[in-house]
Amino acid sequence: MNPGSGNNGKKWHELPIGGINPDAGNSLENYTGYLRRGEKPQFNPDNCINCFFCWVFCPENAIMVDGKKIAGINYDYCKGCGICVNECPVSHEPLPLVMVEEKIEL
Amino acid sequence: MASIKVLNGNAAAAEAVGQVHPDVVVSNPAAPASPILEKLASFIADGRLDAEMINAESAYSAISACIGASAAGGRVFSAASSQGLAAMHELLFIASSLRLPIVAAVANRALSAPLNIHADHSDAMAQRDCGWIQIFSENSQETYDNIIQAFKIAEHPEVKNPVMVGLDGFITSHEMANIWLAETDEVADFVGKYNPAYSLLDSDNPVTVGSIDTPDYYFEHKVLQLQGMENARKVIKEVGKEFGDRFSRYYGYFESYKLEDAEYAVVLMSSSAGAAKEVVDELRNNGEHVGLLKLRVFRPFPHQELKEALSHLKAIAVLDRVLTPGSYGGPLFNETRTALYDLEEKTPPRVFPYVYGLGGRDIAVNHFRDVFTEIEEKNMEKTEIKTGLAFINLRQ
Repeated sequence: MNPGSGNNGKKWHELPIGGINPDAGNSLENYTGYLRRGEKPQFNPDNCINCFFCWVFCPENAIMVDGKKIAGINYDYCKGCGICVNECPVSHEPLPLVMVEEKIEL
Repeated sequence: MASIKVLNGNAAAAEAVGQVHPDVVVSNPAAPASPILEKLASFIADGRLDAEMINAESAYSAISACIGASAAGGRVFSAASSQGLAAMHELLFIASSLRLPIVAAVANRALSAPLNIHADHSDAMAQRDCGWIQIFSENSQETYDNIIQAFKIAEHPEVKNPVMVGLDGFITSHEMANIWLAETDEVADFVGKYNPAYSLLDSDNPVTVGSIDTPDYYFEHKVLQLQGMENARKVIKEVGKEFGDRFSRYYGYFESYKLEDAEYAVVLMSSSAGAAKEVVDELRNNGEHVGLLKLRVFRPFPHQELKEALSHLKAIAVLDRVLTPGSYGGPLFNETRTALYDLEEKTPPRVFPYVYGLGGRDIAVNHFRDVFTEIEEKNMEKTEIKTGLAFINLRQ
């Protein structure tokens, strides 16, 4: 079940017409982290140049920021697409962003 | 003052739209509906109609522009035919799912191949499950009346559903006739002011339109969509009556012609009803109990009302002006027979499927005579009843 559809168990006749979404900002209730499929990006601040490319490109706004620095990844929303890893311009090890295996928790 | 003008169906449609006064007219002309849009363009150019005209580069773009303009809160009209309507297919579903009360005139025309620009119902019938209310007109006057009513039905707060108004291409669309035109103020007053259910331009009440719906809620939203179509049953009736009270031509789901004491009847839609009525009169003069049911509203389909109107008959010929390959009968046949299946304490009438008039093929009075004779003989089992379709006026 998608936990953040914003409809909170409403019956069909209690919904607004046309499938419209009248609650601006309710994507915050949509925890897209459930979409990750066995992989997640991992952040290491050592070589991060704080260019904010990952923050700009992340489609779920899951890159956390502390002041003017990248602070990490919010896994409630990160869907594991890896765009941040792809966009990160740093090339010397350890890389600030790498994809790592994520075990499925049962 | 109301006036009478000599107009064809397309011009009558344009007059109706001009009087209802949409905010946006979207144009991608397709024969035989093009003159509707050309007329509206001239109304706008002459300053008679204050509306935005969008000249789209394709039918797909045209319906997209309709959806955008309607979601922005505008009253929107467009016209289409045949391939153009087919090209709009996937977006017709979006318009109805978003509950946008767009009104479109469809000059019904055959689908390619072979290329043909003449009347049949292939284009509209291919869109029968796309969630639009579908109303069919017999002649130019009905086209005018139906388009005015279409706006009122579509925009009704309990409906909010797009409507297509059909008129037979090159038959009704280009038939010159005396058209009774209402006073513009009267039309505006009848249709009323449009209050959109939501608007993209309403920054005080922002909404997201057309966002993704997961398996978690898609089903609920689709069932909710039915509500508009189901509510339309009541609203179509009310609007038809209100139109009659005001303009003295009453409309319902269908027109019954001498059906009350009939034993045999023909069920069909649109322009061919004229010739059918002629034959009904003629056969009645010979003492035969025959009648006609001309369906006006195909979606929502009036099963209950049709059942009441037809259940006393012995046999019915349902005439579809479309070929649906692989199906037992055409869409009108299937719906009609379904309506007559659950009759309590009664033997249902026999219902026979016919296909006629593809690509503008004539159906004349002699063909209707033959159909009445044939269903009478079939009913008395004087001729062999073959399953499947029978074709009218086909070289065979």
